[in-house]
Amino acid sequence: MCGSHGSLELAYDEYRNQLLDAGLLLGSGVSGVYGLSGTFEGVIEAFEKLITRHGSPLNPEVMRFPPILNRKTYLSTDHIETMPDLMGSVHTFKGDQRAHLKLMQKKHADEDWTTELAPSDVMMVPAACYPLYPTAADSILPEEGRLVDLRAFVFRHEPSPDPARMQIFRQREFVKLGTPEQAHAHRDYWLEKGQEILTSVGLQVEAIIANDPFFGRGGRVMAATQQEQALKFELVTAVASEEKLTAISSSNCHLDHFGKEFNIKTSDGNDAHTACIGFGLERIALALFKKHGLDPDKWSPEVRGILEI
Amino acid sequence: MHIDKIRVILSAHGRLTQPVDKLDDNSDLYQAGLTSLATVGLMLALEDEFDIEFPDSVLSRKTFGSIETIADTVEDLLD
Repeated sequence: MCGSHGSLELAYDEYRNQLLDAGLLLGSGVSGVYGLSGTFEGVIEAFEKLITRHGSPLNPEVMRFPPILNRKTYLSTDHIETMPDLMGSVHTFKGDQRAHLKLMQKKHADEDWTTELAPSDVMMVPAACYPLYPTAADSILPEEGRLVDLRAFVFRHEPSPDPARMQIFRQREFVKLGTPEQAHAHRDYWLEKGQEILTSVGLQVEAIIANDPFFGRGGRVMAATQQEQALKFELVTAVASEEKLTAISSSNCHLDHFGKEFNIKTSDGNDAHTACIGFGLERIALALFKKHGLDPDKWSPEVRGILEI
Repeated sequence: MHIDKIRVILSAHGRLTQPVDKLDDNSDLYQAGLTSLATVGLMLALEDEFDIEFPDSVLSRKTFGSIETIADTVEDLLD
């Protein structure tokens, strides 16, 4: 076990250093927080356009939300119950001149100055689909349901040496709101479509039943339940490590969880079911660099052709 | 038997959509509205009440599927 863990750490360090040395990632001094070079960003843009070419025939509604969301919306999801260790709460300074002086004194004395801060109205977005649901709250869906195309930076507090485990990264998602059958069909369609898209750019992916990283021992019950019901699938491939594959896309069936919480009804009056497919854009770029090399100019004509780069 | 205690805990922590006294020991608790999140609260309350700890091997949907399966698991852990 020790050896295996050690080799995994080595693989993370090796790939991360390659990316930093090549200037594709720009270090920030914090694990899992990077700037990206123009080349890296160019690959993400090209891949996103590929997704758009596959998704737009379905005529989704396109929405873009910022990486922060209403604190009240955050509390309407059960994220604080299920994944409290991953949350990001945005705090700010709201005090007067005297309080500011105290803040400065603490900062200069190298004391904990954050105790002088207060919560703002916003939280970091933990998943790209969260800001969508309040916009559909208290509504009745059309008979065919709704399909929404989303992209957002999402935050997860999980500092890691694995370059593929960033604390803030982009998810491109397609979310279906509809009947249980429509949600399932969406999940099944995109699970296959996702494999097709990723395979088309030379990535070998495998679909596995997965679970969210629920917190604590109680989280194991939730994880087991999610696995037993096969609610979450991940498409995994080798990124930093061949031995521990990395999820680059995932599809979740949320059942009526968000439909109930946000009072979204189907046309027949039942609580709406939702399902989403998400593509982890930075991870997909990292998988492409790993597979085809760090210089996209040298990728095969086939892959460049599919990505139109 | 611990069924009565389990029923009280289930009533307090299960967030069921039906009253617990309307359920049989083998009724499907998920059908009765038990969610996976409520299962966590239920598990922790059972651990406190019976001074037990559910090992990873029993942390499954099946364990919390009915009052009977919960009671069987609690019995096993108390043995």
